[in-house]
Amino acid sequence: MSNTAWETLSNQAIGAAGIVYFLALLVHLAEWASLRQPATARAARTSSAGSEGSEGDVLVATGPETGEEAPSTRTAFLARLGVLLTVIAVVAHFTALVGRGMAADPNRVPWGNMYEFTTAGTFVVALMYLLLRRRLKLDWMAPFVLGFVVATLMVAVIWLHSEVAPLTEALDSYWLVIHVVSAIIATGAFTIGGILSIAYLVKLRRGDATSGPLTRVPSLAVLDRTAYRVHAFAFPVWTFAVLITGPIWAHEAWSRYWNWDPKEVWAFITWVVYAAYLHARATAGWKGRNAAILACVGLATLWFNFIGINYFATNSQHSYASLGAPVVERIDGAPDVARVPLH
Amino acid sequence: MVDLQERPPADHPERPDRGGRRRAGELGGLELLRWTWRQLTSMRTALVLLLLLALAAVPGSVVPQSGVDAFAANQWKEDHPTLTPIYERLGLFSVYDSAWFSAIYILLMVSLVGCIVPRTLHYARALRAVPPRAPRNLTRLPEHRVVRLDAPVDDVLARARTLLGGRRYRLRPTDPDAADAVSAEKGYLREAGNLLFHLSVIIVLVGFAWGALFGYQGGVIVLQGGTFANTAASYDDLNPGSRFGADDFDPFLFTVDDFDITWLTEGAAAGTARAFKAALTYRDGDGPEDQYDLRVNHPLTIGSTDLFLVGHGYAPVITVRDGNGDVAYSGPTVFLPQDESFLSFGVVKAPSARPGQLGLEGLFYPTFDLVDGDPTTVWPDDLDPLISLNVWTGDLGLDDGVPQSVYLLDTSKASQVTQDDGRPFRLDLRVGETRQLPDGLGSVSFDSVQPWVRIQVSQTPGKEVALLGVVAALIGLLGSLFIRSRRVWVRARPGTGEDAGATMVEVAVLDRSGGADLSDVLDEIVRGLRDPEPSSHPKEPQ
Repeated sequence: MSNTAWETLSNQAIGAAGIVYFLALLVHLAEWASLRQPATARAARTSSAGSEGSEGDVLVATGPETGEEAPSTRTAFLARLGVLLTVIAVVAHFTALVGRGMAADPNRVPWGNMYEFTTAGTFVVALMYLLLRRRLKLDWMAPFVLGFVVATLMVAVIWLHSEVAPLTEALDSYWLVIHVVSAIIATGAFTIGGILSIAYLVKLRRGDATSGPLTRVPSLAVLDRTAYRVHAFAFPVWTFAVLITGPIWAHEAWSRYWNWDPKEVWAFITWVVYAAYLHARATAGWKGRNAAILACVGLATLWFNFIGINYFATNSQHSYASLGAPVVERIDGAPDVARVPLH
Repeated sequence: MVDLQERPPADHPERPDRGGRRRAGELGGLELLRWTWRQLTSMRTALVLLLLLALAAVPGSVVPQSGVDAFAANQWKEDHPTLTPIYERLGLFSVYDSAWFSAIYILLMVSLVGCIVPRTLHYARALRAVPPRAPRNLTRLPEHRVVRLDAPVDDVLARARTLLGGRRYRLRPTDPDAADAVSAEKGYLREAGNLLFHLSVIIVLVGFAWGALFGYQGGVIVLQGGTFANTAASYDDLNPGSRFGADDFDPFLFTVDDFDITWLTEGAAAGTARAFKAALTYRDGDGPEDQYDLRVNHPLTIGSTDLFLVGHGYAPVITVRDGNGDVAYSGPTVFLPQDESFLSFGVVKAPSARPGQLGLEGLFYPTFDLVDGDPTTVWPDDLDPLISLNVWTGDLGLDDGVPQSVYLLDTSKASQVTQDDGRPFRLDLRVGETRQLPDGLGSVSFDSVQPWVRIQVSQTPGKEVALLGVVAALIGLLGSLFIRSRRVWVRARPGTGEDAGATMVEVAVLDRSGGADLSDVLDEIVRGLRDPEPSSHPKEPQ
């Protein structure tokens, strides 16, 4: 296949992935809608499915309720269909990423510009949701994750798209693989954790509803615990990406391991906010609600850093997005400084 | 601040402040000090300080920092004359050195130390301690089970000991006062990880400060064929740490033998360059000569100094002859690129020219062409170079004793050379061309083009310390996040009433790390107590 063919394939695959994600979103919304049924029917079903004993022993279960009910066949079918569509979309999404890498000459990892970072980031969000779905019982998250992925993919395709080009010189390093992979994985995990924390706050505000879509969402204790587990995974990965591989690479490429580059500053801010989140979960008066708010602040700084900062600070050495932005500085006045970054 | 998850019951600084409840005047000086210390080292203060630190870092990403990008900072100051004095007072051009930013992180460090020290002492005691006695009423703990077993009480307790001991729990020795219960604890390393993480934060800061105080950054433009000797005077710009002395430069020399570049001619990135390579010959002190191809991402280390290739450009070789025909200036002149097209700006000063000093100022077009009548460069490679200069004569201000930039022409006391019709005289030269200046002022030749490279030189002591610190921090973090600190109690009593003859067993788990679903752990233990076969030893779920 020629490079152009790969690029076309990649563009088509990302389009296909977007459409299938959207279909999956619709199916999951239909699934949620099918949950809305008369309260009596639900009460009847819950009582029949509720009693579970084990071998006649006295068993006092005090663990938190999951809020899950025995789903009707139609709901279960829609749920399975939604997951199946998501899997198909993730495969198409992956194809798009591979196509980007193959289209470049020489072949490379598909993390050369903002379009590629964003498509890779959303891919990890979707993949992580699929991987953790069973383990952490994340089925209820489907509409939120898919909604986020569809919206972010649209941003990527409409505003950030750029044609395949070889890696800029500074990016041409094996640290790209290590640094960007870890940063993107952490971003994906933080996003899942952030959605959990948002759900926690919504549920906290609405109270434990007995009807309506919120019954699908697990109890506050489960949300808080799951959010913590996801964040606890993401935080060390982020530490590795931002405070270990980042500085090592920066030292090799830019001569300073920490340069207070806007992107570095915001990565540091994100790190501090998430560190505060982990502390807050253990501090009286900060548990629960405030910790969840911190997680949301962390998510906001994370995505602002991912996309937003490129448009606020033009002097970032991370600004691979801004096509045509002046990256070479004019010099006037002593000391005579000519900084012409080798991009 | 050490606390990531839980705090031990005693010795932790955060307690309801007792000072607040007293009547005014009751607080002695020492007590006040103690109270302040308590407040400062409390977890809540640490949290607020963390958030403040995050907030305080924001302005530095929005306002250009003079330490990071001096040019952008100066530009900003010129564009905002009203705000500049205010911003300067607030230290917004060097946020990360400012008093208020330092205040936050120093307070944070104090808070950290104030937490690590007592926590370490407490941990040292806890390491030797036996697991605490079982609480009187296990069913009051949030995670518990009550089961009825047929085995006798002693058997159940023995089973519990074997089961928990086999899972690397530390057991409380049999206690005559509480013979009906087993106490077990594990996950002691969690706190060690926690302490390591917080200690490492301090190590990283020490490494960072060391580099900032005892290191330096310098930049220099070297022509192809040019030689650089590592002394303070050789640098175009030098940014030494406050503890870096002139004697601390590593004694080395290097020569740029060749500079090589590959321009992309097709695709979306056409017109940008790849594979920059500067071939260097270098010598460390009196050592032997060595060769190195300096490339982006491949710095050269000489002694404790690192060399980086960070930029490149063109230096047209220009010869100026004055009115007498004498050579007043000759040589490669560094022109600075204005943008990615490598349209470059430069200045030639010929103070010895007669009848008047001559100054040239203008642009270098690597591949010149007229597009819609406008002069422009169509390609950044020097395929068809042209220089286009304005000429000034008179006093260039070089004799005032005030240092001048070599990239700027002081035209305040000079007059621009004009054509007969009064319009400014412009000198457009291609390689090999010579043109006479009006009024018998002399002539200018454009002989050839030489590339130059900009090399960043830096010495960053302490970088290994900082790296070691973050790696240790990560290891500690992993320990503090993923090692489960857990206490288990099993109490067995003979049943009464309708349960007479059986054994009532209460099992309770306290997870001090949070984030775990304990019902699985309880189920495991209950199953193990019911069926003591060691074959059924599935892994404990996290």
